[in-house]
Parts: sequence; structure tokens; C-alpha cells
Amino acid sequence: MEGNMNLTLKVWRQKNSNSEGRFETYDVKGISEDMSFLEMFDVLNERLITEGTEPVAFDHDCREGICGMCSMYINGQPHGPNRGVTTCQLHMRSFKNGDTITVEPWRAKAFPVIKDLAVNRSSFDRIISAGGFVSVNTGNAQDANALPIAKPDADEAFMAAACIGCGACVAACKNASAMLFTSAKISQLALLPQGQAERSIRAEKMVAQMDEEGFGACTNTGACEAECPKGISLENIARMNREYFSAVLTSK
Amino acid sequence: MSWVTKTLSSSLGRKLLMGVTGLSLIAFLLVHCGINACIFFNDGGETFNKAAEFMGTNWLIRTAEIGLFLGLIVHIVDGLLLWKSNNEKRPVKYAVNGAANSTWYSRSMGLLGTLLLIFLVIHLRHFWVVSRFTDEITSGKETLFGEMKEVFENPVPVVIYVLGCISLAYHLLHGFQSSFQSLGWNHPKYTPFIKSVGTGFAIIIPLIFAAMPIAMYLGIIK
Amino acid sequence: MSTKLDAKIPDGVLAEKWTKYRSTVPLVNPANKRSLEIIVIGTGLAGASAAASLAELGYKVKVFCFQDSPRRAHSIAAQGGINAAKNYQNDGDSIYRLFYDTIKGGDYRAREANVHRLSEVSGSIIDQCVAQGVPFAREYGGLLSNRSFGGTQVQRTFYAAGQTGQQLLLGAYSALQRQVGMGTVELCTRHEMMEVVMVDGKARGIIARDLISGKLERHFGHAVLICSGGYGNVFYLSTNAMGSNVTAAWKAHKKGAFFGNPCYTQIHPTCIPVSGDHQSKLTLMSESLRNDGRIWVPKKKDDNRKANEIPEDERDYYLERRYPAFGNLVPRDIASRAAKERCDAGYGVGTSKMAVYLDYAAAIIRYGKGEANKRSIHSPSDEEIQIMGKEVVKEKYGNLFDMYKQITGEDPYEVPMRIYPAVHYTMGGLWVDYNLMTTIPGLYSLGEANFSDHGANRLGASALMQGLADGYFVIPYTIGSYLANEIRTKAISTDAPEFVAAEKNVQETIDKLMSIKGTKSVDHFHKKLGKIMWDKCGMARNEKGLKEAIVEIQALRKEFWSDVRVTGDADEFNPELEKAGRVADFLELGELMCVDALNRNESCGGHFREEYQTEEGEAKRDDENYAYVAAWEYKGDSQFELHKEELVYENIKIAQRSYK
Repeated sequence: MEGNMNLTLKVWRQKNSNSEGRFETYDVKGISEDMSFLEMFDVLNERLITEGTEPVAFDHDCREGICGMCSMYINGQPHGPNRGVTTCQLHMRSFKNGDTITVEPWRAKAFPVIKDLAVNRSSFDRIISAGGFVSVNTGNAQDANALPIAKPDADEAFMAAACIGCGACVAACKNASAMLFTSAKISQLALLPQGQAERSIRAEKMVAQMDEEGFGACTNTGACEAECPKGISLENIARMNREYFSAVLTSK
Repeated sequence: MSWVTKTLSSSLGRKLLMGVTGLSLIAFLLVHCGINACIFFNDGGETFNKAAEFMGTNWLIRTAEIGLFLGLIVHIVDGLLLWKSNNEKRPVKYAVNGAANSTWYSRSMGLLGTLLLIFLVIHLRHFWVVSRFTDEITSGKETLFGEMKEVFENPVPVVIYVLGCISLAYHLLHGFQSSFQSLGWNHPKYTPFIKSVGTGFAIIIPLIFAAMPIAMYLGIIK
Repeated sequence: MSTKLDAKIPDGVLAEKWTKYRSTVPLVNPANKRSLEIIVIGTGLAGASAAASLAELGYKVKVFCFQDSPRRAHSIAAQGGINAAKNYQNDGDSIYRLFYDTIKGGDYRAREANVHRLSEVSGSIIDQCVAQGVPFAREYGGLLSNRSFGGTQVQRTFYAAGQTGQQLLLGAYSALQRQVGMGTVELCTRHEMMEVVMVDGKARGIIARDLISGKLERHFGHAVLICSGGYGNVFYLSTNAMGSNVTAAWKAHKKGAFFGNPCYTQIHPTCIPVSGDHQSKLTLMSESLRNDGRIWVPKKKDDNRKANEIPEDERDYYLERRYPAFGNLVPRDIASRAAKERCDAGYGVGTSKMAVYLDYAAAIIRYGKGEANKRSIHSPSDEEIQIMGKEVVKEKYGNLFDMYKQITGEDPYEVPMRIYPAVHYTMGGLWVDYNLMTTIPGLYSLGEANFSDHGANRLGASALMQGLADGYFVIPYTIGSYLANEIRTKAISTDAPEFVAAEKNVQETIDKLMSIKGTKSVDHFHKKLGKIMWDKCGMARNEKGLKEAIVEIQALRKEFWSDVRVTGDADEFNPELEKAGRVADFLELGELMCVDALNRNESCGGHFREEYQTEEGEAKRDDENYAYVAAWEYKGDSQFELHKEELVYENIKIAQRSYK
């Protein structure tokens, strides 16, 4: 026992993508407020192993808020109640002793559950494969300083490029739309001179792939922006709309 | 599939349709509100009836009306289809639904729109059908103003109209600025302005509309 | 010296070796490339860049990563930047200087030819990344911005805020995904490499486990590239990701690839300290914080007062006291060891007593006064100074302060930060020759997984450079020298007896793990191993401790194989089983690290043997006896044979590093 917080967890348990899931309730005791949310799950899992039952499967890797692997829907919000943080950076001091916390996986048609809280987000990779790149083979590049880029453009491109691909935008959106994710990449490359050659085809292909994967349409609620741990702006979605419409109107 | 249908059936294209038709409906609301507000001259409906007659007989307006109706139908059909398909994108719903990240009305456009549709049917039945498909008004038996007075003598339609205006207000509160976003018009310089105008529009227009049945019911307008 | 080790360094003048090599290395014609298959393990900077570049050349590539997407690889977490000898700042940088700084920074334990090649290609990396759309920081004129970093006197570090690794990895990832989209790369996410398959003495494929279904799969390749990163997680607590592991490299080692310099570990001085037994990982705070912060501990032992209640004259600014010339800016290893020394002596702070203070109070006042002058405020109040000072500090370090607050719940603007060193990077890895090929023909190792370029200590902002150099600009050439002779080798059927046997072997290990059904969790063993490693093979090592550690690790390994409890089944998504396999490998690697540390009777870079230090407590190298790469051959359980690759310095004069 390291701390004095006692909590009730309602956790989604699902054996695999083909089976039905259900909530299980666990009491966890002796939680320290210095623990991260995932470390609280480590404590629960350690106990479950000791009891001979299967621990809760959840995705996580870097635990410093940058890899984008952790993905829990906590009390109705992706990455929990705090703004601008991932689940791994959410600490237990954000909760009170005696709280009941409901933890669910990201839920979306395009993010099928693998097991418990882990979901399959490879649809994101396929969206990038459709056009989220500059076609420049290794060795083809000119000198890095040959093409100056205005600092505001570079900064704005960076802000869009800061997306960690965690999928919180999809999880938060009532329509399970992936527009914030897709638009962040389209924006980054549309803002940079390097992205101009493929600007139109990129927007068309990435949007088509996004639709094919089964993500919903955007209804501009702004939930994605509010829940994004990296503060990706809704302006990116507007830019994607512009990019897409001008692409379809002008492409041959 | 041609590129037009392909584009318009994409997730972005369908939002474009919602945005464009939404904006045209917003323009219509402005005109509609302006004409109806003529009753506040409190001249026994003289000005209002003239304006209504102009709207009902001018060929340009009548042509635009066809476009408006097409837009309305597209807005309704596309909206309902989007509502349905978006809903299917999350087959298993969340047990706890967070409300902290967005406004309830922005998440409830489908519901608000449906309420508005029901209201619209009642509203059209009350006035539009009478003015366009019967000879009550053209024959001079009845004026549109008289029709209004008759309908709003009864408290039930008044309540329905006020509720309709509240739905409209919330629908506009999100819809106005949302349509700009869907069309790609988001800019740090102009978006705050668009949002303020949208909020103003969403409050003032439904307020004026709501004032009409109330004023008539209370006999302020005679 | 062993006859088995041939580094295959090209002849000729240092500066011309690589150019000459590139012009004479055998080529594979495009038609033949289409029928040559390459397996890449890992999708960090090295793996992703190699896979993309090789696929662009026309090879058939298969990529494996254990994460759900290639973009999650831990290169993503690198903060500071990437070095390149561009000399954009006109401050005297050159390929030679970068080469020299890297060799010296590595405490003269790296191979000259490799490091020079690294410096040569460093500029092309920046060009390539910019062309991919990596949004590096820029000046108002639109040109690239540079910052300075430890161990150098020039500004050659390119960066993208504090997320350089992320942006570079996303660049390589997008290049990789482009090839995936074109069908030239087959991507296998949530797959773990379990074994190298050897046919006629050459690496010819792998056995991989599909982590979702639990199925074992056989994959053929004419060559296999191990780009699986470092093994810092052997310490359990490190700045590595939770999944970072040695398994791929270790399986290769057990199949015959020598392991180079396993004891070289980099300990980073400024990390957020452990807050309790629950701690699962450590978070790095950029080294730049030491530019303005002052490090101290109380003068009194076990002082339980709050930091702000301890008066100035009762504080021990031990770095300033011991190293008056460099003060708080001493190199990483010295700062780390000094913190450990104070805490071990009982002066540590915080609940765990394993932390020291990094104090910004003085900097806030200094900046506040400076700001008052700038704004022409005469005789400002203390309050005004505090407010203005905090504004300046926020501008410079705001994101780091926020991160600290997020994790610890303390406001570093008001109370001093608590910091402690943590394991960060491993310079050791699979031994490779100039071609990046291990001692197994056809098996390559790139990036942090190999031992090659950093010697005994890596300089800041050089890890990203090496990963991308290996993947973008080295392997596409060097692999040709091997594959040019393989064009007649037809794809080997995965029903071949070697594949069947390898799979059976893996299956048996998994069955064994599942059948133990012991009493203790995998994490229990991992934590125990980590403690042994940290206490006895960590920042400071000695003969006695290392000998004890070897015995303890052997005992722990025995206990693991008889008492570990792996829940769930093998034929499903089972993170416990994944961890068990990785910890089993760490339990073997840990022993080799101790063996290597025990063998190296000198102190150099990240390897500090307490017996070998100068009177001032500095690392004391023994160039006469230890100027070699220790490459270890696996000979069976607990048996490792040492092979030495002598390091020859023809272009640099070896000297004692001095910071005074």
C-alpha cells in the first residue's frame, strides 16, 4: 500500500474482437496520488495476476505522452478529465478517494476492439499510406536551406505535425470522425512548399481513404479539438475542406 | 460515378451540401423574418399583407422559392442520412457519455433539426398551404394577416411556435458558424466575427419570430 | 586477437574511405532487386528509414514492429535535436569537427572510419528530412535554426521544438507508409520477432509471433536487419518505452552474432525521480535546464524541512563546490555520479531521499532584475522581480516546467524541482562491421541496436543522426555488397527444415513459459533484475559488486524459470506473455553486461569502475590494455567468449578528457 486512495473501477472486459464485452467492477486500494493512471492499472493487474485471473489488456508504450499508444476512455472522456494530456500523463491526484471511474476502450467502427481496452488503429496508417507523405526518394533532396520557409508557416505546419495519432479525436467525436487526424497531416504538407506538388491528389486520396475506413462525417462539435492531447486546431479541418474542394474542382 | 456525385457523396461533400443549403436557409430566414416583422407596424396587417402579396406573386421570388424548397429538401434528406450514417460509425455506444468537450446543441443537430421539421410541417399547413394552394387569399376572402390572427388566438399553436423558435435558435447557434467551417472558411481574423454574428443571428431572429405569435395572442397586435 | 573479427574497413585516407567504397561496392541490378527480399525488425528512425529507402531501390521489404503502428517506435520520444555538420552558422563547423567531437565524446572507444562516415552523411540527412516536410525550427528569414548542445563548441543541432525525434520519425514513417501504399513494403504491426532462422550459416528469415492471434509465422528473407533499439529496460526503470526490449538483438546474439560493449550505458542526470514502488518508467527533463538551474542538497543529513525553509547557508551546492570551473554544467556522467554520491551519503531529498534539488529561484531573480532593466523600471519591488523573472523562465522552459508539474503535482516556479539520474541510452549493441553486418552473414544491425558509432558515451543529438544515417545513407549501399552475391539464391520455402526447427524451438519456449504457472508476476522479476543492475552495474561499478550481481542474476533467472506466472493463453493477445519473453532475455543480457563491465578494468565514458579513477574522482582510461571493442560470443548458458577488435587511431591523438 503506497497511498490512501481507494477507488472503484468499472472496466470494459472483452476477450477478443469476436466476443461480446461487459463491464467488470474492481475495488483498488492503497493508490498513491503520485501514480499515473496507467500505474494504477499496473497495481490492479498485479493483483489480478496474483489472484490467478487475467489482467486487463491495454495499450501503452512510451508513458511520456508522445507515442500516442495509450487510449482509455475515462469517465466519458478520452484520456480522462484533464485537458492537453494523454492517459499516461494523467495522475491520480486528478481523482478523489472513493471515486468510481468507468474505463472504456475507444469505440468506433474503424477502431475494432482487440481485447479489453486495446483497439486496432491501423486505419490511421492506411490513411497516411493514401497520401500523407511527400514523394521524395532518399537521396533526391536539394540542400535544406535552398528553399526558405516563412517562420509562421513553418510554425503552423509544426503545430499540425504535432499530432500523435492516438485517436482521441475519433473517440471523442459523436460521429467517430477522423477529420482532425486526417486534416492535421493534410494541413502540415499543404503549408509547406515541399508538399505543393502532390497537394491536390493528397487531399482527394486521404479523404477517400478516410471514408473507406468507416469513420463518420464531421459535424463541427469541436469535441476533437477539446480532447486532443496535443491541441491540434479545428482550423486544420477547415483547411482540409478547402484543400479537398479546390482539389476536386481543379483536378483533371 | 461522376466526379460530382463522388464528391457530394463523400463525407466532406455531404457536409458541403449541409453548409451551402444551411446558409441559403439562413438567408431565407432573414427575408422571412423581415417581411413578417411588418406586422409590428401594427397597422392591421396592411404593410404585411402587401409584402406577402408581393412575395406570393412576383415570378422571381416564386422561382427562388423552388430553389429554396430544393435546398430545404436536400438539407433535410442529407441531414437525416448523415445522422443515420454517423450513428452507425459507433456500433457499440459508450456507457458514460462525456458532455464536457462540446455543447449539447452542437451534438444534437439531428434532433433539433427533426423538431424543426415537425414544426415546419405544422407551420406550412397553417400558412403556406393556405396562401399557395387555396384561393382563400387570392380571392380576397381572407388575408394572410387574418389567417395569422386566427391561428394565434389559440394558445396551443402559440406554445408550439415558441418551442419551434427555441429549437431554431439552438439549431442556428451551432449551424451558423458550422456552415462556414464546413465550407472551409475558418481564419483567425474572421472566425471570431463570424461566430459573434452567428450568435447574434441565432438569438435575434428566433426572438423576433417568437414575439409574433405571443404579441398576437396577447392582443398587442391588432 | 580473434581472427573472427574483421571490421572490413576500406583502405585509404580516412576522408576518402566512404566515397571510394560507394564507387566500388558491388551493385544489384533493378530486375534482380525485385526478387531479393529483406526483413526489417523495428520501425524507429533506423528501421523505418532503412525499410523505406530499400523499398525505393526496388527490394521486396517486410517490416515488423511490436507496436500497433510503426509511428509508435521510441525514437518518437527524443527531445533535443539532431546534429549535422552543415556549418550554416558559419561558426567553423566541418565534417572533421563533428567526427572529432564524436570520437572524443565517446571517450576514444569508437571506430574512426564509422564515425567519419556518420559525419559525412549528416548533412544529407537534414536535406532529406526537410524535403519530406519535417517542420524544423526556422529563423524569421525562413532558413533553418540551430542550437548548441553539450560536448561541442559550435551550433550544429537542428530541432523541432522539444519534439525533434517525433518529427523525424514521422518523416521516416511517412516515407515508409508511402512504400506500404505502393505495395513494395509489407507491414506487420503487432508482431514480435522470436528467432532468426539460419540456413547454411546465413540469416535467411525469422520466426515472428502475431501478437493478436498468438500464431507463430515463418518469414523468409535474403537478409535480415535488426533495428530494434537499445536495451536500457534491463534496468526496469529507464527513460525507454515500456515495450523497448532486447529480444530481437538477443536472439540474434544467441544464434551467433557477437554483442559489442554491452556494459556501456548512458545515465542521464536530469530526470524526474522515482516517486514510489509503483513507478513504471522515468521521464527525462531536457539537459538544457542545467543552463540556468542550480543543483543542491541540504548540508544536514536527513533534513526533512521543505526546500524553501532551508536557509541559504545550510545548502550544499555540491557541483559548484566540487567543480568550481564548470559548476552545474559539468558533463552528464559527472553530474550523474555526483548526485548519486550525495544521495548515497544520506543527503538526498524528497520522500524517497533519492533526489537532489534543481533550483530556479536564483535564475528567476536574475532574469527578473534583467527584465526590469530592459523595461527601465528603477528599484523594482521583490514581487515585480519575481513576476518578471517567472515570465522569462516560462518563455525558455515553459513546456518542461509544465511537464514536471503534471507528473509531480508540484509547481517548479515556486519550489525547486527534484531530479535524479536515469538510464537513458545504451551505446553497446550487436557488433557490426563497416557494412553494418553482424558476425552472422546476411544479418545486419542498425541504429541503437548496434554498437557502432558512439564509443563509450554518446553526445547529445547524435542518436537521431546515427539512426537515420544507418537507414537512409549507409545500408542502401552496404547491403549491395552482400546481396550482389545472392542474386542466384531463390526464395527458400518456409517449409524448409530450418524454419520448422526454429518455429518448434520458439513454440517450446512459449509452452515452457505458459506451463510454469508459478506464483510471481513477470514484473516482479523485472523489477528485481532492474534493482540488481542499477545497484551493481549502474552509474558506478566495482569488481565485488559485479561478481555478486552475476551470481544474483543467475539465481534470479533460475527462479524465473521455475516460479513465473504467465496468465492467459498463448493463442491470444497476451501482453503478459510478451513481457515474459522479453524479461527472460533481459535476464540473460544483464549477466553479460556485468561480465563485460567486470572485464573492462578501466573507466571510460558511461562505464565507471570505482577502482579506476583519478584522485579527483574522474574516469581513468587504460588505453594500453583496453583500447578495444569487447565483442562477446554466446557459447551457451552463462558462457561468453571475448573477442577483441583493436581500435586504431590514425587521425586523432588520444588524450585524457578534462573538464577542469
